[in-house]
Amino acid sequence: MNRYFWILGGFAALVALLAIGLGLNPRDVPSPLVGKPAPTFNLPILATPDKTLGPKDMQGKVWLLNVWASWCVSCRAEHPILVDFSKKVDVPLIGLNYKEVRGDGGFDMSKMSAEEEKKLAFQRANAWLSQHGDPYKLTVMDLDGRVGIDYGVYGVPETYVIDKAGVIRMKHTGPISPDVLGNKIMPLLAELNK
Amino acid sequence: MIPELGHFALILATLVALILGTLPLLGAHQNRMAWVALARPAATAMALLITFSFACLTQAFVVSDFSVVYVAQHSNSLLPIQYRVAAVWGGHEGSLLLWMLMLSWWAFAVAMLSRQLPETMVARVLGTLGLVAFGFLLFILITSSPFERLLPAAAEGKDLNPLLQDFGLIIHPPLLYMGYVGFSVAFAFAIAALLSGQLDAAWARWSRPWTMAAWVFLTLGIAMGSWWAYYELGWGGWWFWDPVENASFMPWLIGTALIHSLAVTEKRGSFKNWTVLLAISAFSLSLLGTFLVRSGVLTSVHAFATDPTRGIFILIFLVAVIGSSLALFAWRAPKVGLGGRFGLVSRESMLLTNNVLLVVAAATVLLGTLYPLLIDALGVGKISVGPPYFNAVFVPVMTPLLFLMGIGPFARWKEASIGEILRTLRWAFAAAIIVAIALPFIYGSWTPLTALGLLTAAWVTLTSILNFVQRVRHTQGGQSFLSAALRQPGSFVGMNVAHIGIAVFVVGVTMVSSFQEELDIKMAPGEHVDVAGYRFTFNSVKAVEGPNYVAAQGDFDLAVNGKFLRKMNPEKRNYHSSTMPMTEAAIDAGLLRDVYVSLGEPIDRDNPEGEWAVRVYYKPFVDWIWGGCLLMAFGGLLAMLDRRYRVKARTSSPVKTPAGTQQA
Repeated sequence: MNRYFWILGGFAALVALLAIGLGLNPRDVPSPLVGKPAPTFNLPILATPDKTLGPKDMQGKVWLLNVWASWCVSCRAEHPILVDFSKKVDVPLIGLNYKEVRGDGGFDMSKMSAEEEKKLAFQRANAWLSQHGDPYKLTVMDLDGRVGIDYGVYGVPETYVIDKAGVIRMKHTGPISPDVLGNKIMPLLAELNK
Repeated sequence: MIPELGHFALILATLVALILGTLPLLGAHQNRMAWVALARPAATAMALLITFSFACLTQAFVVSDFSVVYVAQHSNSLLPIQYRVAAVWGGHEGSLLLWMLMLSWWAFAVAMLSRQLPETMVARVLGTLGLVAFGFLLFILITSSPFERLLPAAAEGKDLNPLLQDFGLIIHPPLLYMGYVGFSVAFAFAIAALLSGQLDAAWARWSRPWTMAAWVFLTLGIAMGSWWAYYELGWGGWWFWDPVENASFMPWLIGTALIHSLAVTEKRGSFKNWTVLLAISAFSLSLLGTFLVRSGVLTSVHAFATDPTRGIFILIFLVAVIGSSLALFAWRAPKVGLGGRFGLVSRESMLLTNNVLLVVAAATVLLGTLYPLLIDALGVGKISVGPPYFNAVFVPVMTPLLFLMGIGPFARWKEASIGEILRTLRWAFAAAIIVAIALPFIYGSWTPLTALGLLTAAWVTLTSILNFVQRVRHTQGGQSFLSAALRQPGSFVGMNVAHIGIAVFVVGVTMVSSFQEELDIKMAPGEHVDVAGYRFTFNSVKAVEGPNYVAAQGDFDLAVNGKFLRKMNPEKRNYHSSTMPMTEAAIDAGLLRDVYVSLGEPIDRDNPEGEWAVRVYYKPFVDWIWGGCLLMAFGGLLAMLDRRYRVKARTSSPVKTPAGTQQA
């Protein structure tokens, strides 16, 4: 033993910190919406564009709101997990299609009328769901992203767990992994449905 | 087929690295010269195999082979060819392979350029590099192979992140990695010296040019990254104290301490343990940087896809490399002698202060970088540490360092006289004070921080010039001043050039933070705005088409005093493959100022012919920041190429310098 061993001690402490750090997710920013009532909206339903849906219609049920878009690459990664979830679990999963056309960046919005945008968005969203499978009980269309702003969407995909009283209980940013689904979302759903 | 060959070459390289990392080290320990002799051929073979492997991956990018996952994720058939080549290191797997390529080239360079070293020393140095390479190759093969296939092949690639589609990507990562990885050579020399017990002036002399080379690359790499962020991101800043920037800055600070400490060890035989510890730390911080970037423990603009298994692997690797070298150090260090004694005022004591300040600076950066993680790990909350912290701690540490930089080169080794130094430097100090008082007034406003910045810059510049002139006079003999000046050793000229580089850098930082002007405004076509005497007239926005994007291109006239200077065409680009619009600023660069305009968003999305959010900057002396870095790197290059490093090394006794002579 000599005085140089304190350096090793310092290094060991640093390693311990980094090892703990690996288990944490720095992107896991607490959402101010957790514990608050889900912001209300009234958006057209993808399958039946002349009808609308809002959080009020879901009152009394525990449900999930999943934000997606066909241009979102990470959504494709989480999609099979959602499809699998919808087959196994009887909890309504509502899709919120976010800026289907304007979010894509590949379109010149100045040359497109609102009517054209709407038509294209519905067409693209339907095509995507028929290609990859539709896990959603319903999908609502947020063409201009206003509802997304109310929900503080800052990265698609995002998923919200909302309880029977319409209060947001959890928010997950980024694609859902089997780990997040099994260890966080499922236990929460079981508890809320008790 | 070719990607499989690349993968196979990588596996072979791993085996060669294992041989390189074991037999020569054992051979040096047991005096088996046949094993010792393996070091050079094994290092050469490793370099060839990895270069071949890298070439295979590059080929997959050039021909857009989307049956390779990594290529499909980071390239696109519309991507211009130069970016397809640079996209090789545009993601996690490929940048690790680039890291490895650099390591193998450094090892090869050591193998080629070490004819004058003892064979056992070469074997130990290359063996250590072999072990590091082995660990890294295992990491690539197990968790991050860039050669994984995607079957069936994708029809089209996902494309390279538009932020990276820039000239900066072509040269910033290679330069930075050359620097990072280059410290592995200094590290390997330190480990070899600890293993052999031969920690002496000869060892320091061998390490110096290699350390300097790594430092030059790292300096250029960081400067290039900073310049890239400045002109590409359109944020108007040049340094953001982002965790990944910090990860490259810490090895730079420690590396700077190391090149100074090596000078003492070589000249006076002192600071040996300290030098070894710095050499280990510089490379350890490079590895820590790799860990921070690759594992995703910190949020950063640079973070690629994160994967916890990768994090765990790098952490284990970190523990193995750093832990074992620190243990070796703790075991060997107490037996190392102290070297020459020195007085309270001497070149040694000043260089020691320089070292302490640089290490403190690195420690504050480390603390600031890891603090959010610490708070999170303790479950106390989530915070982020931003520029205010770093700026607040950096100025007080750097100011004494800059003052010492002026004095140090005038102090004699062993024992110096304060009175003599003060007498030599009094005029330089007076002149620096005058500059500090007068110059800010000329530029408009006087603040203590502006004056302090200019004072230190003037001080460093004047003392460096004085130092050079004095030395030339002393060694002039009967020659003309010019021919004596040209005959000065590279390391001495290099030192002064690099110090002046620091001064130039400080001028840039001071002026830009004191006198920059920026304006965020709404502008409609036909309107104009005045910033710092420059008039920007907004003419129009038109749509233009690039190879893999469409853009809204602004048309601005820049004029000064009513005289038209030039057109400026900032762009807002939408890449086909991405949802994120990219800003391309238009910059009019100049020696004394940059002016800069970038397009934000149209105020009404449906009417891009109408008003736009526009950002206009005036940045005085901003290019001096990178100019200073170039001078530092150039100084380092001169020092590295000093003639005496190419002379056959002397034997192991500390080089005695007669008291009273001055050498860099």
